[in-house]
This record gives sequence, structure tokens and C-alpha cells, in this order.
Amino acid sequence: MTYVIKPKFRHPELPKNKIGFTHRDYEGAVSTLCAGCGHDSISAAIIEACFELSIPPHRVAKLSGIGCSSKTPTYFLGSSHGFNSVHGRMPSVLTGANLANRDLIYLGVSGDGDSASIGFGQFAHAIRRGVDMVYIVENNGVYGLTKGQFSATADPGSKSKRGVVNTDSAIDLVGIALQIGATFVGRSFSGDKAQLTPLIKAAIEHRGAAFIDVISPCVAFNNHVGSTKSFDYVREHNDVVNKLDFVTGRATIEIDYAPGSVEVVQQHDGSTLALRKLDAEYDVHDRVAAMSFLQHHSAKGQIVTGLLYVAAESEDMHGHLNTVATPLNGLGDQELCPGSAALEKFNASLR
Amino acid sequence: MSLQSVNDFVIRFANVNGSGSASANELFARSVLRMGIPVAPRNIFPSNIQGLPTWYEVRISGAGHLGARGGTDFLVAMNPQTWDKDVAGIEPGGYLLYDSTKPMPKSKFRDDITVIGVPLTAICNREYTEPRQRQLFKNIVYVGALSALLDIDVAEMEKLIGEQYKGKEKLFDANKHALHLGRDWALMNLDHPIGLQLKRSDAVGSRIFIEGNSAAALGAVYGGATVCAWYPITPSSSLPEAFTRHCQRLRVDPATKKNKFAIIQAEDELSSIGMVIGAAWNGARAFTATSGPGISLMQEFLGLAYFAEIPAVIFDVQRAGPSTGMPTRTQQTDILSCAYASHGDTKHVLLFPEDPAEAFDFGASAFDLADRLQTPIFVMLDLDIGMNYRLSRPLAWDDNHKFDRGKLLTAAELETAADFGRYLDVDGDGIPYRTLPGTHPNKGSFFTRGTSRDRYAKYTEEGAAYADNMQRLLRKFDTAKDLVPRPLQANAGKSTKYGVIYFGSTSPAMDEAIGLLEARGHAIDRMRIRAFPFHSSVTSFIGEHDFVFVVEQNRDGQLRSLIVNECSVDPVRLVPILHYDGTPITARFIAGAIADRLDALKVTPLRKDKVS
Repeated sequence: MTYVIKPKFRHPELPKNKIGFTHRDYEGAVSTLCAGCGHDSISAAIIEACFELSIPPHRVAKLSGIGCSSKTPTYFLGSSHGFNSVHGRMPSVLTGANLANRDLIYLGVSGDGDSASIGFGQFAHAIRRGVDMVYIVENNGVYGLTKGQFSATADPGSKSKRGVVNTDSAIDLVGIALQIGATFVGRSFSGDKAQLTPLIKAAIEHRGAAFIDVISPCVAFNNHVGSTKSFDYVREHNDVVNKLDFVTGRATIEIDYAPGSVEVVQQHDGSTLALRKLDAEYDVHDRVAAMSFLQHHSAKGQIVTGLLYVAAESEDMHGHLNTVATPLNGLGDQELCPGSAALEKFNASLR
Repeated sequence: MSLQSVNDFVIRFANVNGSGSASANELFARSVLRMGIPVAPRNIFPSNIQGLPTWYEVRISGAGHLGARGGTDFLVAMNPQTWDKDVAGIEPGGYLLYDSTKPMPKSKFRDDITVIGVPLTAICNREYTEPRQRQLFKNIVYVGALSALLDIDVAEMEKLIGEQYKGKEKLFDANKHALHLGRDWALMNLDHPIGLQLKRSDAVGSRIFIEGNSAAALGAVYGGATVCAWYPITPSSSLPEAFTRHCQRLRVDPATKKNKFAIIQAEDELSSIGMVIGAAWNGARAFTATSGPGISLMQEFLGLAYFAEIPAVIFDVQRAGPSTGMPTRTQQTDILSCAYASHGDTKHVLLFPEDPAEAFDFGASAFDLADRLQTPIFVMLDLDIGMNYRLSRPLAWDDNHKFDRGKLLTAAELETAADFGRYLDVDGDGIPYRTLPGTHPNKGSFFTRGTSRDRYAKYTEEGAAYADNMQRLLRKFDTAKDLVPRPLQANAGKSTKYGVIYFGSTSPAMDEAIGLLEARGHAIDRMRIRAFPFHSSVTSFIGEHDFVFVVEQNRDGQLRSLIVNECSVDPVRLVPILHYDGTPITARFIAGAIADRLDALKVTPLRKDKVS
């Protein structure tokens, strides 16, 4: 924990992005999480992603539930509106926010307790509705704030810090997200910022429900021998299927790689991803194969990371609902209130 | 002696649900209305799709009494399961119409009523071959028979059938034919008209016939609601469904065919209220509709909305509790669970509409109140108002009314604002200014939390900051007292020590009860409470009377508790009059209960000399 107030001075020649913002413009308050917490690396990756994409910070709404992970929105994008809602219910609040204004970028940050236990239902339903969002689960397999109880993503056989062995099956959020229709699914590791940052960028550019499961070791309660969510364990068992080299805005890109090793993925909104294949077998567009691949590797104790699935075509919730292009919160009396003449007609139909 | 009455009686249809009786019964009620005679129909139905008993009660009241009356003057007995109880419930001198196809033992009837047998099954079996037709048209056939017995203008019935089957010639002809089958049989074989009769009147006027849920939903359209998130629960489901229909009619952009609304059927009530809170936080006018069990599930979120000061509108169509209770029976039973919803110190604004017209008015104004007060607003309907057609004054809208978005800062205002603090009480009314996400590049953003923050929304767990915020929330609640609809008072013709307080769907029964009480020589002043927090006039009204009856449709006197708690009134002076069996409260019940207590209160005072 730290109580330092972030100094306001900065290097005069900090690099600026296309809209003239420096890295510092994307930061938030100083983190109060434990030193070395994986979550802080995820915050850093979010900051990096938004900076690189030149997103005006105030066009992002960041929402979270309850828990260590849900505290993190305070630590990035200080100029964005944030909402620390109730435990496990971030998805519904985010869904509502998105309904009100389809023009903002919605970043939902949650944890494994938040999304796999108390909020498992909301996690699933927000995804199946195709809410246009980036949904990040900072997954450490443990309840940190309440001092080390297992969460629902803890692997069977995993040992807690107090020596208790978990006997319950683990919920694989990536598997669920794929099954219920997320149109963008990734998994990463907070210890691998080079992998995580482009994944977040690609997810932001994606239109539809984008889900990223980030294994993020809890240094206080789940980083010991016997844990399957420790830094060492994840490093040893990490099976990276591909690597996102870069993510562009909407400009065309030149590819300069050996044929077959890189795939260029056009996203629905016109952005482009350059995907370096590390596992030649892995097809990022095949949802069913992805599910099978994940199950297969999981059974062998491997943690598959990378961009796991991206749908060729995706429509978001507003598409399903056929809502007007203007954000609903921008419609005024004129557009919304039918007036007395229409009411008189209605009255007449009820006599 | 058979009952004799013109335009003033209660007819009850006992049916089996799923048998197609509803539309026939409604045809009956509407035809009376078209004759200019006020009717108040009520569905008494089970939580079931097919096979259980259901009743449709039509009170015909030339004098315009729309509350339930109690008792049955004319029974249409179509359900053998409930025959005995139904027949026992007929008023002495009343009438019974039954299907006389199969002979019934004499013991199944009563001597003091007029029994009218119509061989409904035989008529239908003769006419139709298909089983479903035999079943469905039986209902229209008895309506036809009633038209002869009660002297209903059959032309009005034909017109109504025509409106119902507009463009469906075959169905129109078939229904009209069935109607006349019954009518002609009755004209030929029965004494007609009977002692209960209908005479054309002009007592309906410009009033409309509408369900409260539909009116409330239309209120939401007029109030500018764009987001509705809900989970199906009786008796509220027809509200969001009506909102959907109203929006499809009134809110589709004619040029692009795109919707100026978003309706989500959520996975549960927690999610519904979560979406409403998210949407409202982001500046859309949003609501959910639910009933008691849903309110229970929403408790945590409602507290968040109270503390984080988010405008949300909740239509609570109340029913008897609990979840596995009597979902299709009416009560006013969520008063306390809504007024103090959630953990921590919370108080919420409640509105109590009395009928569909007020459900429309409050349904619309709830959104202005929510934005103005930045807090959840509960519109407290109940099954009796929500799911029954009610004769109601026409809905009215003032085109000069503009939405009150409350203290919502624009980018331009943020530019010039000297100081923005999300929880700063600038105007002394307890209401702070708020901003929406995305408003301004570098001004006005804040992090929304329940509490644990200061006036500038900065994180703190300081006790003083918490207490400061709680005090401001109380000031805000005080401000609300003068913004919510005021109580309406009607005094007796002469001065009296007694008053009565009532609210919501009790209204028509109460109005009628006053007349009954006056006839018994009791004068009572009355006050209809229309909102919580209570206006100061509630305390004065109680102060002006020795005893005040509080009439409610729940067991525990929830409104009374709320008054005692919030107005610091001596509970002894508030006499509870409680009706809570799941049926709508009646004038007879209210008048009886109040009169009994008044009689008991009339104690001859001890003579002074004997005391001293």
C-alpha cells in the first residue's frame, strides 16, 4: 500500500500521441494495491493501450464491481467517469450505461470473485446480449480483500496459502464466453504486458462483446508453491498461440512478414490487427475449434493465451435493438414526448 | 322477493381459466359502458395458465362507484369446481344463471334466489362440431342470453364485436351468430327482462376505459423514458409490455425506422435495476417495473442508487406476498420495503396513484422528480389498478411542459463553473450538481461510489465526511416534500373530530364509504396521501383531529407505521383499518369497520362531579 500523492511535474518532452496527450493524461490516482500486484500491470496496459490508440480519456466510461480488481479503475484514466457499482453487478450497470449512450467506449473491469461467483449470471448475460464493451477479468483465483478464500476460478488441487486444497471444479470464463457468443475473446497474463496491451487495443477497436481473461497473480494470497495462479506456475504453463504485433486505427497497413506466419485481421469497424501465429494449427476464427483446443490444453494443465477468437462479423446490442444513431441520452422533449394531440387520439381509442 | 335494480348491481362470472371466457366477459362489460353506464370490472384469477378457477366481477354503478362493492347479485356459474361457494355467495333475492344441459340435484340450489337455466352445452353441441368451438362459443352464448335478461342494447354488442374483429369477417360473423344463439334462446324461453336491468344513461361522459399498467407505461413514454429493463413478474409484466407497444406506435423514427427506445428483458430483477441505474447514471431516463419479490431482490442496488444519487424510476405493481404467495391478488404491501429499501440509512420517494389517469400523470412526472432529486422514485401501483380496466378521466398532457433534467451540467456550464464537486450542496437544497460521462474533455469527471468519498467525490473513509453527506441527503429529502404531489383533503359538511387517511387503489371504495358513513350519521374529514415524504399538511391534518383512521390494504398498517415514524405522531391517535385478504378493499368493509370503531369510541363521558 502506498499513500504517496502523485507528483504533478513531468518530463517536458514526454512523447505525445496523435491528439497531443502524454502517457500521464491516461493515468489515474496512485494505486493502493499491494506492491507487485498483477492488477497494477493490467492498469498499466490499459493506460498504454488508450494512449497508443489516441483515445480522448473522457470518451471512456470505466465500470467495475467490488474487489481488488474493481478498485483499479481509480488508478487509470483519471479524466474518465468511473462507476464502482455493487459486487458482481458491473455487467448490468455497464449494459445500462451503454444503452444510454452508444458513442462512448465502455471498459468493464472485474475480478474472478466478481464475475465467476456472485456475478456469474450477469457476466454471462451481458456477453450473450452482445454489449459493445471491453470486459476484463483480473483473474487471480482468490478473494484478496477478504484474505485468501478460494474463488470459483481456482483449479481443483490448487492449494491455498493456509494449506487448504481446493476440491471444486474451476469455472473457465474464456470457455463460457466462447460458448455464449462473445465476438472477441482473449486470454493473457499480467506478467506479459507485450501480449496484453495489443489485446486490449484490439478489444477496444472491436464492436461487440469483447472479453479478456487476464491471469493476474495475487502476491499476498495466491503466489505460493501449490497455487496454479502464481507467477511461476503461469510462466511455466503458458501456451501462447499467437501474438498481436500491432493494432491500427482504420488506416491500411503494409505487412512485411514471411508468408503464412502473419495473419491480417480486419475488424468490423475498419481497424486492422496483425496476428503472428505461434501455433500453426490455431484458427482464431473458428469458435468451435477454439473451444476444443482450450479444453484439450486445459486437460494437460496448460494455460492457453493470446487472441483466442474474433468473429468475422459482429453486431452489438444496439444493432439487435435497432436503436437510433443518436445516443438515447441525447434525445430531447421534441424527439421523445408525443404531445397532447397523440394523447387525444389514444383517449379516443379507449372509449 | 327478487332483487330489483336499474343500473346498480354486481354480476360475477365464475369460469375456468384458459376457457376463453375473458374476451366474452369483457364484451359484456364494454357493452354496458357503451350504454353510458359506468362499470368497474375486476379479474380475480389464479397464477396458472389453464384449468383453475377464475372470476370476473362487473360492478355496474349508475352512480359511478368504481371500487369493489362485495357480494354478488347475479352469478353466471360456469365452473363446477367452485359452484357451492359461488352459489352461497349470491345475495338473497339474487340470480343464478347456469348451464342446464345436465340436470342438477335440487340441493345444489337455493330457495331464496332466482335460478335461470340455459342449456349452453346443448345449444353449442347442436350448433358446432369442433370441441374448441363448442367451448369458446359457450361464453358468447351466455353473454347473448344476458343481453336478453338484463335488457342490453344488442346493437352495442354487435358494434363491439365488429371493432374487435375488424377485417376478420369470418370471426365477426361467427361471434355475432353465437351471440344471437344465446339471445334468441333466452328471448324465447325465459322471463325477460329480470329485476336487474340496464337503462341507457349518460354517466360515462368522456371517460376512458384503461388498465393502470398501460396508463403508467404511457406516462413513461410522455415522461421521456428511453430505457426500460425488466424481468417478468405478475402483476407488473403488462406494464413493460404496454411500454413496448406504446413505443412501437409513438417512438419509431418515421424516416429511419429506428427506435428511440431500448427495452431489455433482463435475466433477473437485480440486472433490471442495475441496467436502469447504469442508464440513468449515463443520462437516459430509465425505469423498471416489478412487484414485491423484485423489490426484495433489488435492495442492494437501491441503496447504491440512493447514496450515489442516481435518478431511477421503479414501478412497483404490488401484490400479496411472499414470492410463492398470491401473485395474482392485490395488496398495498410494499410500502415499508420501498420507503426504506436497502441497508444503511435510506429513505426513498414514493408516489401513490389512485387510478390509471394518475398512474399516467405520476408515471410521467416520476422522471422529472428522479432527475430533479437524483434519487430512485417508486410509483406504487397495485394489481387492482394495474391489471383491471378502470373507467378513468381522459389522459391529459400540457404541451408547454418541458422535461426537468435537474441539476445537470453541460460542457459550456462546466467551462464557466467556478467549482465542481459532485456532492457539493451549492444551493442549500441538498441537491448537488451532476455531470454525465463524456461531457467535457477535462472538467467534471468523477468516480461514482456509494459513500466513502468527500464532497468532491474523492475517496475518503473519514467519519466526518460520511456524516456530512448523510446530513445533506436528509436536506435533500426535505426538499422533496414540496416537490412531490401534495395530499388532497376533503372535509365533511360539518365539523368533526374524526379524520381518515387513505391512498392508492383504496380511493374509489373510500369515496363511496364516506357516503355510506354519512348515511349512518358519521361525519369524517378525509385526506388522500399521494406521496412520501409526507407533506407538512399530513401532520396538521392529524393534529386537527382526535382520531384519524388509516385505511390500507395490508396486515401491518404499513403507511400508519411510516406516518408514526416520520411525523412523530402518537400512534394511539391513528386507528388502523386494514384489509388484506388479497381481494380489493370495498366501501362496505371500510364503512363497516369505521362505523364499528366510531360506535365504540362513543363512550358517555363521566360526569365531572363524579370524578372530582
